[in-house]
Amino acid sequence: MATHKITLTVNGAARDAQVESRLLLVHLLRESFRLTGTHIGCDTTHCGACTVLLDGQPVKSCTVLAVQADGREVETVEGLEHDGKLHPVQEGFWEKHGLQCGFCTPGMLMTSCALLARTKEPSDQDIREAISGNLCRCTGYVNIIQAVQYAAAKLRER
Amino acid sequence: MEPKTSAQVCGMGHSMKRKEDPRFIRGRGNYVDDIQLPGMLHMDIVRSPFAHAKIKSINADKALKVPGVLAVITGETLAKYNLHWMPTLMSDTQMVLPTEKVMYQAQEVAAVIATDRYAAADGVEAVEVDYDPLPVVVDPFKALLPGAPILRTDKKDKKDNRIFHWEAGDRAATDQAFAQADVVVKQDMYIPRIHVASIETCGCVADFDRVTGKLTVYMTTQAPHAIRTVFALVAGHVGLSEEKIRIVSPDIGGGFGGKVPVYPGYVIAVAASVVIGKPVKWVEDRMENLQADSFARDYHIHAELAAKRDGTMTALKIKTIADHGYTDAAANPSKFPAGLYSIVTGSYDLKRAFAEVDGVYTNKPPGGIAYRCSFRVTEAVHCIERITDVLAQELKMDPAELRMKNFIPKEKFPYKSVLGWEYDSGDYATCLQKAMDKIGYAELRKEQAEKRARGELMGIGISSFTEIVGAGPSKQFDILGIKMFDSAEIRVHPTGKVLARFGTKSQGQGHETTYAQIVAEELGIPAAHVQVEEGDTDTAPYGLGTYASRSTPTSGAAAAVASRKIREKAKKIAAHLLECSEDDLVWETGKFSVKGSPQRSKTIQDIALAAYTNHPQGMEPGLEATSYYDPPNLTFPFGSYICVVDIDRGTGMVKVRRFVAVDDCGNIINPMIVDGQIHGGLAMGLAPALLEEISYDEDGNVQGGSFMDYLVPTSMETPSWELDKTITPSPHHPFGAKGVGESATVGAPPAIVNAVVDALAHLGVKHVEIPITPERVWKILKEKGVAE
Repeated sequence: MATHKITLTVNGAARDAQVESRLLLVHLLRESFRLTGTHIGCDTTHCGACTVLLDGQPVKSCTVLAVQADGREVETVEGLEHDGKLHPVQEGFWEKHGLQCGFCTPGMLMTSCALLARTKEPSDQDIREAISGNLCRCTGYVNIIQAVQYAAAKLRER
Repeated sequence: MEPKTSAQVCGMGHSMKRKEDPRFIRGRGNYVDDIQLPGMLHMDIVRSPFAHAKIKSINADKALKVPGVLAVITGETLAKYNLHWMPTLMSDTQMVLPTEKVMYQAQEVAAVIATDRYAAADGVEAVEVDYDPLPVVVDPFKALLPGAPILRTDKKDKKDNRIFHWEAGDRAATDQAFAQADVVVKQDMYIPRIHVASIETCGCVADFDRVTGKLTVYMTTQAPHAIRTVFALVAGHVGLSEEKIRIVSPDIGGGFGGKVPVYPGYVIAVAASVVIGKPVKWVEDRMENLQADSFARDYHIHAELAAKRDGTMTALKIKTIADHGYTDAAANPSKFPAGLYSIVTGSYDLKRAFAEVDGVYTNKPPGGIAYRCSFRVTEAVHCIERITDVLAQELKMDPAELRMKNFIPKEKFPYKSVLGWEYDSGDYATCLQKAMDKIGYAELRKEQAEKRARGELMGIGISSFTEIVGAGPSKQFDILGIKMFDSAEIRVHPTGKVLARFGTKSQGQGHETTYAQIVAEELGIPAAHVQVEEGDTDTAPYGLGTYASRSTPTSGAAAAVASRKIREKAKKIAAHLLECSEDDLVWETGKFSVKGSPQRSKTIQDIALAAYTNHPQGMEPGLEATSYYDPPNLTFPFGSYICVVDIDRGTGMVKVRRFVAVDDCGNIINPMIVDGQIHGGLAMGLAPALLEEISYDEDGNVQGGSFMDYLVPTSMETPSWELDKTITPSPHHPFGAKGVGESATVGAPPAIVNAVVDALAHLGVKHVEIPITPERVWKILKEKGVAE
């Protein structure tokens, strides 16, 4: 199996890796870089537990090859907190009980971040549409929507 | 209910932010697939493409040549150790790996062990299996016909495909009541096979240390202690001894019942680690999870309800065929092959009832496990709440009025049901009235009449369910003989901080927070200072785990009882410190003071320090207690749900416009968490009503075996739930709680179905099967000539 040397930025830090052509980005993150916050919940790109930001866009990292991330910027849940301060979406999920088992949460957080980066005042329907590719089996989504609204309000205050 | 403690103590009734969340929102949870041990190998599984076939040969030669592949394990390998079969929780038997034939599509056939997961997957592709297909039995009714192929040929004396016959009630008396009834309604209903589909699939890391002989298994399990005992019983003959087995259930990404059973993958991984002497990781993918793990439901129900002309229900008769797949691997208490199905008389004061269930083998994966439901209660609730609406329609009576007329009156509690349960407490009429007021029931009926006149399809559906949870009292409830108590072990440290350990295991329910709040309530020690631990069998006290809404009724009760034992000892120490008699002391949150001289007092923290530094002579030092709580009865949460749907005549699409849920789970520990449980439960009630089903074609090929076509609700289908409560404490639970995790999943489906039928009732529709897909509705609309 052919391997490739790739260079990418993960949560602001430059990383190198020698990867097989077929290696998925999610496995590079989880197993090579030990960033295990990004989870795997399906094999058909439906559940969104593996969502990360690739050059700012939410992608399902189970359906991106590691080589496709060469030269690009990846952000994962581990990169949300800065200088010991939670990102407003992290605060929102905690405040509004937007998580239970926590397994879908990192993907939900990253999708929410991407939404709030492009929309300052999302409607509930905007949030529903944004997270419609992220499955949650525990919360029934209502508190997740409130959590994102909480974060949106916090970000507007900044 | 106003909290009795301050926000700083954060006892019961406070919506305390969850203590487990800081790690989850940072991506620092620790789930099974996050565990990486030195030298760890990976396992992947070869699965059967056939639903029923003889295995002629398995050739691993090519697989063993794949770089990284170390071993291929087959049934023959395991048979050398007599580990190719294992018992199910219902004392049936299940193949770990087959030696002769496969019994369902996606059944485990062989396992490949390799240095990484990609190599293991390559190895699976390279294993060559030669099958000889056998006749497939998919339909459980046909499975019972004379001449049907006998599936369990491994059982020497088995001459048919019937697993069990179960019945409850007095058949003759019920038949007599039916003969005397003014009105009898009958309805067939099918509760399809569904899957919990927790977002984390199942898996484990098995780590056998050849030097010490110790086996550690990190495992997605809701019941780690029971699993340890099962492993010891099943594999004792190959040297696994219970004191050297440690099961660790780390963070669990949702369970809902699907992580109670022992799946073959776990056992193969353990066997591989023991044989190879290295850690072995197995994590199934989503298709394996949906196609091979135990399923829920699959009940074919025939219900009959008898009544007087005025609507008084007089008798209920239920006949059910239960499709269990190829083995009875249900996770029921052992004396209850049909679970707690005899709760089927529901919230109604029925004087006569008879229910029977026949369990049947078919060529499908095993199970009859839960889907966020305590032991077949969802099937029972669906049955009674649906047939009640069928009766209302027959009598041309409002379904709310019919329910109000037949509810068990609150004065009758504790209430002995005709099928043998003692309901602890209830006030059903108040609950339904609250739901009707909240949703504006009368106005909705007016709106519906106006819309009907305009040809629009709108329906209102009610479900007034009674749950039965908290298994359970040891006189009736055990799993493989182990009584269904649960436990708490509480240690108060010298500085007044607490370590509390439990026999249960949270999978998202928030135990680290709610158990801490119980201890805070009882001892006055801030919940922030109570560290809760579960899931490690080397440290936690023995318990039967978390499922069936049992944690608060059992371990939660144990937390209160153990705390009260600590308070008793603290009182003795306080009397010693204050130089007074114990009888002169009064307790208020967090301190003992002398009657009449409140300035003479000792806080629980003072007392904790004294327990280690200045305890009374003759008393054991230290401040800790354990409780193994054997509940005197089950608890019976209840609720009334009202759903409003609009149906699109062009597409057949059902839209849930409003959903009001009034729940009564007794006293509440954390209102925020209870509401979260109800939100999630409602989504998992909407799912089988409108979206989810796993079905099979006549050859036993699974339909709906991936997220492509197994439709877990997304944010788009899920409405904004409207919640409210009534509070009717359990009289026998130490702090009056009942449990809540599954109420909404149990109660919601019939409310939705009743709403859909109500929307179509004027067209002569009496019943619609679930899931109510647009296609199913559109066919009805077309047939009735109203499709647009």
